[in-house]
Amino acid sequence: MKPLAHVGKALAHDSAALHVSGAAVYIDDIAEIEGTLHVAPGFAKEGAKGKILSINLAAAQAAEGVVAVLTAQDIPGKNDCSPVAGDDPIFANGKIEFHGQVIFAVVAKTRDAARRAARLAVIEIEKQKPDVTVADALASNGDLLPPYAFTSKGVVAALKNSTHRHAGQLKIGGQEQFYLEGQVAYAIPQEKGGMFVHSSTQHPTEIQHCVAAMLGIDDAQVICQCRRMGGAFGGKESQAAQWAAIAALAAHITGHPVKCRLDRDDDMMLTGKRHDFEATYEVGLDKSLRIAAVDVLLAARCGYSADLSAAICDRTMFHADNAYFYPQYKIATRRLKTNTISNTAFRGFGGPQGMVFAEAMMESIAIQHGCDALELRKKNLYTKQRNTTPYGQKIDEHLVGKIMATLEKTSSYQKRRKDNAKFNAKSSILKKGLALTPVKFGISFTNTMMNQAGALVHVYGDGSVHLNHGGTEMGQGLYQKVAQVVAEVFGIGVDKITITATRTDKVPNTSPTAASSGSDLNGMAARNAAMAIKARMAEVAGRQHGVHPSKVTFWDGQVSAKTKSSSFAALATACKGARVSLSATGYYSTPAIHWDRATGRGHPFFYFAYGASCSEVLVDTLTGEMKVSRVDILHDVGHSLNPAIDIGQIEGGFVQGMGWVTTEELVFDAEGRLRTHAPSTYKIPCASDVPEDFRVALYESKGNKADTIYRSKAVGEPPLMLPISVWCAVMNAIASLKPGTVPKLDAPATPEAIMRAVKSLGVK
Amino acid sequence: MMALEFLRRGKIVRMESFAPDTMLLDYLRLTEKSRGTKEGCNEGDCGACTVVLGEVQNGAMNYQAVNACILLLGQIHGKEIITVEDLAEGEKLHPVQQAMVDLHASQCGFCTPGFVMSLFALGHGKKSVTRADVTTAIAGNLCRCTGYKPIIDAGVKACQNLRDRFAGDAEQSIALLNGISSETMLVGDEQNFFVAPSSAESLAERAAQHPQARVVSGATDVGLWITKQFKAQKQIIFTGRARGFAEIAWHEAALHIGAGATYTAAQDGLTKLAPDIGAVMHRLGCVQVRNSGTIGGNIANGSPIGDMPPMLIALGSILVLRNGETERKMPLESFFIDYGKQDRKSGELVWRIEVPLLKQNQVFKAYKITKRFDQDISAVLGAFLFTMDKDRIADVRIAYGGMAATPKRATKTETILRGKTLQEAMSITLNDYAPIADMRASAEYRREIAAALLKKAVMELQGAQNTRVLA
Repeated sequence: MKPLAHVGKALAHDSAALHVSGAAVYIDDIAEIEGTLHVAPGFAKEGAKGKILSINLAAAQAAEGVVAVLTAQDIPGKNDCSPVAGDDPIFANGKIEFHGQVIFAVVAKTRDAARRAARLAVIEIEKQKPDVTVADALASNGDLLPPYAFTSKGVVAALKNSTHRHAGQLKIGGQEQFYLEGQVAYAIPQEKGGMFVHSSTQHPTEIQHCVAAMLGIDDAQVICQCRRMGGAFGGKESQAAQWAAIAALAAHITGHPVKCRLDRDDDMMLTGKRHDFEATYEVGLDKSLRIAAVDVLLAARCGYSADLSAAICDRTMFHADNAYFYPQYKIATRRLKTNTISNTAFRGFGGPQGMVFAEAMMESIAIQHGCDALELRKKNLYTKQRNTTPYGQKIDEHLVGKIMATLEKTSSYQKRRKDNAKFNAKSSILKKGLALTPVKFGISFTNTMMNQAGALVHVYGDGSVHLNHGGTEMGQGLYQKVAQVVAEVFGIGVDKITITATRTDKVPNTSPTAASSGSDLNGMAARNAAMAIKARMAEVAGRQHGVHPSKVTFWDGQVSAKTKSSSFAALATACKGARVSLSATGYYSTPAIHWDRATGRGHPFFYFAYGASCSEVLVDTLTGEMKVSRVDILHDVGHSLNPAIDIGQIEGGFVQGMGWVTTEELVFDAEGRLRTHAPSTYKIPCASDVPEDFRVALYESKGNKADTIYRSKAVGEPPLMLPISVWCAVMNAIASLKPGTVPKLDAPATPEAIMRAVKSLGVK
Repeated sequence: MMALEFLRRGKIVRMESFAPDTMLLDYLRLTEKSRGTKEGCNEGDCGACTVVLGEVQNGAMNYQAVNACILLLGQIHGKEIITVEDLAEGEKLHPVQQAMVDLHASQCGFCTPGFVMSLFALGHGKKSVTRADVTTAIAGNLCRCTGYKPIIDAGVKACQNLRDRFAGDAEQSIALLNGISSETMLVGDEQNFFVAPSSAESLAERAAQHPQARVVSGATDVGLWITKQFKAQKQIIFTGRARGFAEIAWHEAALHIGAGATYTAAQDGLTKLAPDIGAVMHRLGCVQVRNSGTIGGNIANGSPIGDMPPMLIALGSILVLRNGETERKMPLESFFIDYGKQDRKSGELVWRIEVPLLKQNQVFKAYKITKRFDQDISAVLGAFLFTMDKDRIADVRIAYGGMAATPKRATKTETILRGKTLQEAMSITLNDYAPIADMRASAEYRREIAAALLKKAVMELQGAQNTRVLA
């Protein structure tokens, strides 16, 4: 087989040169059309739950520069921006269910005027006591969605009969996406009541649909475009819709183009985040410390509406095993309603919470039994014999054990454990901790329907190529990866391919760019489109040179048949002359997957992505301060489409996940108000939090066992769970204070959480 | 002079009118329509809006990174403003930009212009840079995609002996900037004005004449009143052009710091005075904030969570205030009366701070407790000045931030500690404060941590090793 020319190359991000020179255009950078207005959302200053008693917008209406004030009554169609359940009003009508819920919006000549005026509204709420925490919701029995569980028949007996039993609890914090570019949309009215919307969204099709339904017009009358997002991480999957809808409504009513860009504080208060959970579990082990049974309840704070919580909590269940075989199990979830912003997608989509539970359980068992946590982990991995997941899918690719064994060596795990024990014996305040944890992450949307994608490819008469597909670019390098695929098919340079903005009028009915599926789905769809054109071109070349089309090769900008060859451009010209279409759509749907939620059985994932990381931390047991001192990662991406982009995803995902388990803490007060709604109070990692000693390697893969695009593997979400090793290392460090006792450590392990854990040991 | 003047892309821009509270970022994005500079948070905490200000210092160009979102347009009077669009020469990227591309240091790209500008300033400020220099330079720039590693690598690569066209253009820039008058700049009328007095004396005069006007130094706090609280500022007296207001001078028994000295300017001197001040200042805000914010501003705004006041109080600093031509002195702690209330009369300026030098038998310790090490506001800041008589604590001054409505001394504990040996001091509990809970910490944790910091200080005096995570 010929080596690949473009796929597998460490090419820079398609917009790298634009990024660094400030020339990459984000939605707020688009030169405004004359007459453009700005819209800002408004909400009640006080109150998280209750009837809206009165809305007085007179002062806002009268403020300088104000053109219009909009409420639910102004919506011609459907007052909803929810992705699934129809329960997210664009403007609250009659009642509010969380603090900050949008009730109205102000349209003004400048953004500043709109924001100022929005503060002038006087809104009275008949305030009721909100349910804010998981505990509040459990006390009110507030299930937003029905509980759901995977339960094996023998779980109760197996627990009872196990040699060792261990019970535990874990609070798992939520997380703000903190994309650097806040939510933004720019709506431009079109002829005959249509609407064109620039939206910073992972899901243009949903924006299109939401805007059309809101205006009461056909989907076909709305176009949504997204060239790039300044980060998204799941936070622009369903959460972009409300702002696009408000901009479109304002544009519809005023007849002017209207932009809606949220201020950072509003963005953090008014858009959903990663679900926080409380896990309560019991685990039974045999005498060799192999797990016999696990019984866990994962209770999720979903917020006020369903949003994507059903699928998210399902994914938590799908990952509550991480990489371990549970012979008997009850994996139960509660999906709780709280009077807080509706929690939503965030890289990992519920998976991380399931996995951090599994690893916390492992770390706790190891501490309680005084054994090495890595030995315990290895002992409980899936194997060829012990290979069935709690949802019935069989694991057929056993890489994670090999990855862990390699990493154990390359990170000098054993030696460092010994060195740390010596250090900890001598050092009274500072303690070191080390942990090596695996990642196994299921790839596919668990809603099987969503595993489809489309693409549109044109070859022009000069041999240049226009590429479009349903995937969106949020920084993950999808556009470049897909361009490399198309370049490979045509045997031309990536520089000959013009990558164009994702638009609903080019590729319709798309799925969100989510679930790590972007390159798997869109890469295949674009390949299919390119292959269709290539077949037609090969036929023309074959006719020209008197060979069978299968003998025509496309390589290095040349198209060759026998001894003859011409440039790709010349063939394109010839095709046009021969009246052969050089445009094609491509389509792909993932094979082999199925899922029956009613029985809890199926094969929801096309394959799994694997990795492992080893982290070392230094903990101050007097103050709770903590520093990550070294990290080693080995991660499997199959045959990489672009190793530079993949390593970027791994490093970036790791640091983002490290923030989730360390410094990032969402604080709501008893009134349900988010107190951490700006980077001054909500602390994502910064440069100095990244260890200087940070070693990242790609696993030397023989290629994905599943038939994916060039046998690559998805890489978007899986690395986020690698830093669970950081949290476990903190446990390991604290436990050195009193061997045999499990510290009560929550996630995130903030200095305060670490101090609570130290105190829980009762040592002075 | 009656116009704002600054250097932009090789030309002097002259503005005879502007709203006094116009922010630089809005000027760039909305008026000039230069949209390479991004708005990430509009409060100076993410660095996406980082731009570089150039200024003539000792006959050479000096470049500093600042956050444009919380910088007033008027503050750039007499300076050069450089933004991300200005770096490349046609198709040829600037070395910092090229290193960012080569090392895959951008993903979504939204934070990237800010990083480029922070690194540009670093490269111009230092010939040879270490990894630590780079992480310091970009501590105020948040990236959510890359995990920073490639950005740090790009910084280390590009900032060694950085050469670019700006070195060649410096002579012309200096000439143009020197052409801007150093006289007082005043734009506006009686109701709306932005004035930048040219000397400390004329600053004091203006402040006394217009006691209702807002005195602004770095705007790292006032900027947020404008961008987040919509508190219009119609009359602004800017201290940044006042000669003699930012002077730092060593006296026999004290370091005198003019109120207008930025953290950056004061950092070396204070670090020399006591290394722990330097260690805390390294984590106070970020480079952009330290380049704008001032020691005087941190005192004048009276915040209970400012990092400088507790340290300066523990050191026994004297605050000098000035009203017109009259000076008034007081121990710094007396200035802070209650939450939001300081002993500052109408028209009076925070003028100077006099920090006593440490005596042979004195040891100063300071600790800053935060969720994140860099650019985070303290949950608790503890500062301790011990005067030792061999193993005995002859005297001690303790001050905490974050524990009360003002920066406050632990006078009860001080009394108990006086005369005790270090061994005895280990069992003394801190009992001076009733802190509150907020998003940074619970009341309980604050109490515990404050006590733990005292314990840690005593342990360090006893010679304990391995006591700090950040060695």
